[in-house]
Amino acid sequence: MKRHQYRADALIEVLHKAQELYGHLTEDRLLEIAHSLHLPPSRVYGVATFYHFFSLTPQGEHSCTVCLGTACYVKGAMELLATLETESGLRAGSTSADGKLSLLTARCLGACGIAPAVIVDGNVAGHADPEVMRARVRALLDED
Amino acid sequence: MEFQDLQIMAEQERSRRKAIRIHCCTSSGCQASGALELFHQLQAAVEAAGQNERVDIVGVGCMGFCGQGPMVSVEADGVLFEHVRPEQAPEIIASLDGGPCNVKQGDHAHPFFSRQLHIVRRNGGVIDPERIEEYIAVGGYQALYHVLHEMSPAEVIDAITRSGLRGRGGAGYPTGLKWATVAKSPGERKFVICNGDEGDPGAFMDRSILESDPHLILEGMSIAAYAVGADQGYLYVRGEYPLAIARLQKAIAQARKHDLLGSQIFDTSFNFRVDIRVGAGAFVCGEETALIASIEGRRGQPRPRPPYPAEHGLWGYPTLINNVETFGNIAPIITNGADWYAGIGTERSKGTKVFALTGKVRNTGLIEVPMGMTIREIVEELGGGTPDGTPVKGVQTGGPSGGCIPEALFDTPVDYESLAEVGSIMGSGGMVVMDATTNMVEIARFYMEFCMDESCGKCIPCRTGTVQMYRLLSKISAGQATAADLATLEQLCHLLRETSLCGLGQSAPNPVQSTLRYFREEYERLLRKRVRINLTSR
Ligand SMILES: Cc1cc2nc3c(=O)[nH]c(=O)nc-3n(C[C@H](O)[C@H](O)[C@H](O)COP(=O)(O)O)c2cc1C
Ligand code: SF4
Ligand code: FES
Ligand code: FES
Repeated sequence: MKRHQYRADALIEVLHKAQELYGHLTEDRLLEIAHSLHLPPSRVYGVATFYHFFSLTPQGEHSCTVCLGTACYVKGAMELLATLETESGLRAGSTSADGKLSLLTARCLGACGIAPAVIVDGNVAGHADPEVMRARVRALLDED
Repeated sequence: MEFQDLQIMAEQERSRRKAIRIHCCTSSGCQASGALELFHQLQAAVEAAGQNERVDIVGVGCMGFCGQGPMVSVEADGVLFEHVRPEQAPEIIASLDGGPCNVKQGDHAHPFFSRQLHIVRRNGGVIDPERIEEYIAVGGYQALYHVLHEMSPAEVIDAITRSGLRGRGGAGYPTGLKWATVAKSPGERKFVICNGDEGDPGAFMDRSILESDPHLILEGMSIAAYAVGADQGYLYVRGEYPLAIARLQKAIAQARKHDLLGSQIFDTSFNFRVDIRVGAGAFVCGEETALIASIEGRRGQPRPRPPYPAEHGLWGYPTLINNVETFGNIAPIITNGADWYAGIGTERSKGTKVFALTGKVRNTGLIEVPMGMTIREIVEELGGGTPDGTPVKGVQTGGPSGGCIPEALFDTPVDYESLAEVGSIMGSGGMVVMDATTNMVEIARFYMEFCMDESCGKCIPCRTGTVQMYRLLSKISAGQATAADLATLEQLCHLLRETSLCGLGQSAPNPVQSTLRYFREEYERLLRKRVRINLTSR
C-alpha cells in the first residue's frame, strides 16, 4: 500500500495485490483498504464487485477454469464443461464442500489457437479432451 | 544514447550470434503445449552434443501457427518443426548434421505462410522478446531516433495521416486525424494510452503482439507521445494475459536502463514514461471512456461522448488512445515511409490486418494479411478449410459486436467498408470459422449471453434489453417460441442499437441481426416445431 503512496487511483492495483496475497477479498480487508486510501467503503466495494477478477468468497485449493469463449465454444467447450460438472458434482462457478476444487468458466483466455482451452491451477492446457480432463479433475478431488 | 550507440549495440548483438540459431516459440499458445520443457531439452541436447559454440537456442515470440505448437524453426535453412515433443530435442540437434529426423516438418511454401505479409508481426517468432538487444539488432528504436532528431511533431502526424492508417481496435477511425486532434487540444499535460484489453472472445492478436515484440509497441507509443505532446503513457492489459504483462514489465525496465524511456530521450528535450495498468476482467473496459475510468481506479463504466478522450480524457486531460496493433504499425511507417504503407491494401483500408483464425478450420493461428484479401482466400487457402472436410457455413468477425458472414459471401474482401456492407465489422481481428454442424441460433444466443453478462448496467436499454433478448433466444432455441416472439426480438434489436449509451449495447444486436439476415430459416425451423406440437396435442 505504501508503494502506491495511498493514491486513490491505485485502488485496482491494491485490490489485485490483496487478492494475489490472500486468495480472495474479505469485507474486513476491503474496509482496511478503503481506510488507507482515504476512500469511502462504498467506492471500494463498488469497484471490487464490478470487476469479475475479484472474488469476495474463498476459492478452492485447486481450480479448473473452462474457457467458454467463441473459439472454444465451437470446438465443444460446453460438452467439456458438462463432463466436468458431472464428474465433480459441481455447478460451474462453485467450490466443492471440502474446499478442494473450484470449477470455473472464463470468456477467452487468449489461447484460441489451441481451443478448447482449460486452466488447471494456473497452467493452460490446450486441445483439451473431455476424458483426459475428467481424469485430471477426478485426481484433484481424490487427492489428500 | 546516440544514434551511433544504437548501431554499436546492434553490431555487438549481431557479432555475438552463433553459426546456427534455433528458434523455439515460448509464447502462450506453445507454452500451453509444453514449450518451456522443450526449450530446456533443446538446450540440454546442444550441451550434450558438445555444440555450445555453434548452436544457440533462442526463446522467441509467436510464430503464428499456434495450433501446431510447440513450434521450432532453424533460422538459416528455414526448417520448421511442428508439434515437437521434449524428447525429440536430441533428434532435432542431430539433424543439423544430417542425422535422421522424424519430427513433423512444416512447409514455408504453404499458403498459410506464403500469402502473409508481415509488418506488425515481422519480429514475431524471430527475436527474443525479453532482450532489447535483439530488437535493436533488427533496427529497433531507429524510427524513434529519426523522429526526435529529424521530424517536427506536425511532420510525424502528417506522415501517419498520409499512410492512411486506421485504428485496429474496431472502429477504424483514421489514426492521423485522432493524433492531430490530441495535438491541438489545449492541456497542461497529455497522455497516451495503449488499449490492450482485447476482451473479444476468439481474439488473441494483441496478446501475441505484446508477448512477441513488446518494444515495437513501446516505440510506437513513444513516437505518438512526441507527436501529440504527451509525457506519460499507460499500457492497459487484460489480467488474463500474465505473460504479456511480464514481458512488458521487462521491456519497460530495459528501455529505461538504456534511456529509451524516461527523461531527455536520445539527448533531446523529449521525456516519456510508461506504466502498466492491469485490467480486472470486464469486457466493457475495452471501450475507451470505461478504460479511462478504470485507470483512474473507478468502476469501468462508459460515459457519453463527446467530449472525446482526445479533448477530455484521463483526469480531464487530452488523451490519445489507440489499440496495440495500431501502435505496432507506427515504427514501420516511419522507417519505410507513408507512401510505402499507402501502397499496401485497398483504396480506403491501408496496410495489413492481423487476424486470429480459429474455430472449425484446419490451420488455426495468427495471420497478418494485406487488406483486401477475400474471406475465401483466408479460410480456404490459408486456413485449409475445415479439418474433416465438412462444408464451411460462415465466419464470425468482430466477436460479440460483429456479425456472421455466410459462405455465399466469402468473396467479400476484408476492409472496413466491405465488411460493414455485409452486416459485420472488421472488429479487432477475431475470425471464427463455423461449419455445417454449427447451430446459428445457439451462436446468437451465446453472444447475447456474453453481452448480458458484460453489460455494465449504466443504461437501461442495454441492461434490460440484453436480458430480454437472451430469454427470447433461449425460448427460440428450446423450440417454444412463436412468430410474435421473433418479431419482438427484431424490435429489441432496433431499440438497443438506437438508444444504448456505448458500443457494447449499440452493437449487441449485430450477431442476432446478421444470423437472422443470412440464416433465418434456422430460426423459423425452430418456430415451426411449436406449431407441430400444438397440432398433435389438440
Ligand atoms: C464494448 C467495447 C469494447 C472494446 N474493446 C476494445 C479492445 O478490447 N481493444 C481495443 O483496442 N479497442 C476496443 N474498443 C474500441 C475502443 O473504444 C477504442 O475505439 C479504440 O481503442 C481506439 O483505438 P484505435 O483507434 O487504434 O482503434 C472497444 C469498444 C467497445 C464499445
Ligand atoms: S450500453 Fe451497456 S455497457 Fe454500454 S454503458 Fe450502457 S449499460 Fe453499460
Ligand atoms: S475462446 Fe477460448 S481461449 Fe479464446
Ligand atoms: S504461440 Fe507458438 S506459434 Fe503462436
